[in-house]
Formats: sequence, C-alpha cells, structure tokens
Amino acid sequence: MIEKVLGGQTETFHELIRPYERSVYLMALSLLHNEAEAEDAAQEAFIKAYRHLGKFRSDSRFSTWLIAIALNEARARLRRKQPQLTDSIDDTSENSPVPAQLTDWREIPSETLERKEVRSLVRSALDALPLAYREVFVLRELEERNVQETADALDITIASVKMRLHRARLMLQKQLAPQLKSAVPVSRRRFPWF
Amino acid sequence: MVLNCRHVWDYISGYLDNTLDASTRAHVEEHLAHCEICSAILDSTRNILILTADDRVFELPLGYSERLHARLTEAMLNVPPPEKDTDP
Repeated sequence: MIEKVLGGQTETFHELIRPYERSVYLMALSLLHNEAEAEDAAQEAFIKAYRHLGKFRSDSRFSTWLIAIALNEARARLRRKQPQLTDSIDDTSENSPVPAQLTDWREIPSETLERKEVRSLVRSALDALPLAYREVFVLRELEERNVQETADALDITIASVKMRLHRARLMLQKQLAPQLKSAVPVSRRRFPWF
Repeated sequence: MVLNCRHVWDYISGYLDNTLDASTRAHVEEHLAHCEICSAILDSTRNILILTADDRVFELPLGYSERLHARLTEAMLNVPPPEKDTDP
C-alpha cells in the first residue's frame, strides 16, 4: 500500500493508516492527558506521516515508525505546555518500587471496568506514572509492542525497556491494588493456574 | 539459592513475561509456593495488567475516525503527494 501511495494513489493512505488509528491516539493521550489535544496531535502525526512517507524505510515496521512520529508530536506539545518538564530516569539505579502487600486482594473481575469510577482509577494511575515509564508501559502493555519495537520507537536500549516496564508495573500495583480493593468487594477466588 | 521476598519482586516482570532462566524460575516458584504475600503480589500485578490493557479504559472519542480522515483529505489536497526518497 505504501508503494501505491508513493506511486500517486494517494487515497490509499486512508486505508494504510486505518489499523493504527487507535494506537496513535492512545499514545498521544497517554502523554497529553487531554482528549481534544490528543486527537489533534494524532491528526497532525498522520499528516506528518503522509508528508514524509517517502522517507519510510521498509527495514523498520510501519507501525513503529508511525508511533515514533506520534511520540515526537506529543512530546513537542508537552514541552510547549510544560517547558520546565524534565523526566530524567535513572535506569541503572537498583531501587525498584516496593509493591503493595495485600494478601486478601488478588483478583478484580474485568466486568468492574463497566463502572466509571474503576476506569477512572486505572486511568489516573497510568497518568501518574513518570513519563519515561508511561511511554514504555503504553507501548508494551496497551499497544502490545515487543521489547525490540518499543526500544526502537523510543530510541532506548532493550535493557531500559525491561527495567522501565518492571518499575511501571510495580508502581501501578502499589498504587492500584489498595484503591481497587476498596472500590470492589473482595474476591477470594484464586486464579486457576495457582 | 534461596530467594527472599525482595529478590522475588525483582523477578516479577521476568516471571510474568516468561523470560527467566529455568533455574531462577524454579526458585521463584519455590518461594511463591510458601509465601502468601509474594504470590498475592504476583496475582494482583498480573490482574492489574489485564485491567489496564482493556479497551474500555481508554475509549476513542465519538467521531474520531471520521474527523481524522476528513482532516487528512483536506491536508492531502494542500500538500504535494509524497515521493519515494532516493537519498541513500
């Protein structure tokens, strides 16, 4: 399809990007925390992708290339809004977050996501992650990109992807486990694989 | 090798992603079998990952796709069509 667009069938670009509409929006939203701004950033990212399509190298995945454009667009907007924003992360530090230790809470049924306040708790916890961890978490867990693609999109090492993902997961567990425990009746049902 | 709880927390992601070597995985499982705190941490972390990945957490705004393609159509009229970059 890329060849078709570059060959002059520009309308094909609409079909080319359709599978990535959600990913690009989600990436922008996870950085900007504002739906209208995320939508605008996503549109702008797709327009930039169209303009620069000729520069796409087929040795990288199109989705990774698109996500990198969306990230750059969202980061630029974030810097304009918060020029003082620094989010330096020490990937070499050995201090990992300490998880919440609640032995009476294991499982929350996914049906509870029908409840607005539960969705809001989950979104707030994601929003509260430091930016560098949030980017990795969204790519790995929400976008289901593999470690290599995540490292490529963010231009960081595979070791950093793994470290940031691990810390993000423990931070979310620490933040969400106590909140969800009080938001949802305790279930003592165990996972079938234990 | 006997693992304490803090060691096990360091291995939680590797355990969930199944990237631990066989020996470490066996030691983690041995600890989990006897430690209610760590097995609850593992369960709750896994559960939270399932919840966060659910499409209902972040929903696309109504009309997002239509607005995107309308804006693209407009932009495509105003910019020259992309061409293959022949630079090495």
